[in-house]
Amino acid sequence: MKDIAHHLLDIAQNSISAGASIITIKLTVTPQSISAGNQNESSENGLKNVLVCEIIDNGRGMDPDFCRKVLDPFETTRKTRNVGLGLPLLKQSCELAGGALFIDSVPFKGTTVKAQFDVDSIDRLPLGDVAGTVRMLVMANPEITWNIKLYSSGKEFDLNTYDIKQYLDDVPLDNYEVLAWIEQKINEGIREVFGGVLDEIS
Amino acid sequence: MKSVEELKAIREKALKEISIRDNEDKIRIVVGMATCGIAAGAKSVMNAFIEELAKRNIHNVTVSMTGCVGICRLEPIAEVIEVNGEKTTYVKLDDEKARRIVAEHIVNKKPVLEFTIGAAEK
Repeated sequence: MKDIAHHLLDIAQNSISAGASIITIKLTVTPQSISAGNQNESSENGLKNVLVCEIIDNGRGMDPDFCRKVLDPFETTRKTRNVGLGLPLLKQSCELAGGALFIDSVPFKGTTVKAQFDVDSIDRLPLGDVAGTVRMLVMANPEITWNIKLYSSGKEFDLNTYDIKQYLDDVPLDNYEVLAWIEQKINEGIREVFGGVLDEIS
Repeated sequence: MKSVEELKAIREKALKEISIRDNEDKIRIVVGMATCGIAAGAKSVMNAFIEELAKRNIHNVTVSMTGCVGICRLEPIAEVIEVNGEKTTYVKLDDEKARRIVAEHIVNKKPVLEFTIGAAEK
């Protein structure tokens, strides 16, 4: 995958297939202490910034047995072929950038996929077009409630399509202008929250 | 709050347009958006469809996503499903091809045969 937005789009498809009615995409940049054995990394205060991308859904979840095997590329729910690369590719992207992938799933409650990257790792994927990705997901699945949350050191951004629907009343969420508005708001939020925090956001 | 005002303005404007085309049946464009499709560029193809439709002010078409169609080597794939259920499968798409499909298939009602799965599999 070219960037994090592509991964988010991919993993969100899993949530949609799991029958989720509420999907939250949460991006956080937060300082984390560098573990004792790794002090040779360039850092003044023993802290590094990590980017945490979470996709939280209330879909049907996975039983513990499947959840353990889900990172195996040859484990998939799809019927058309018996290879599934979505989560394994994300795991690879995380690990290349000094991070890790965590999956937490409770049957009939939902699944949380948490992908963590070192912000300053040379191999970290750029954020990519997150706003455009969300626009696309909302357009294709307007009946799902989408929450977009962005956080970094005291700054935050929050948008959810449930609230927007209340204001729109009888105008559908997948109206072109509504979608363009959503994209624009998220882009503003990304600049506001991650500007100067992530290199690629000015 | 400024954004609420903006939403209300969009709503007012949209309501005027909606009443005209409420009962229209819609053509569907379905883009394969599984890992294979995304890796091959389905995201920008879908954006190209959406932008071209918006640019031409076409409202009787919905664009949606589906999972893996099972022919990953031909991704990005999109299906155009007419109101009468007739289906055209386009393969190995890019942004430019998506825009041509909107112009020729959606607007002029002539499927772009050279991009179809039939042409690719000859």
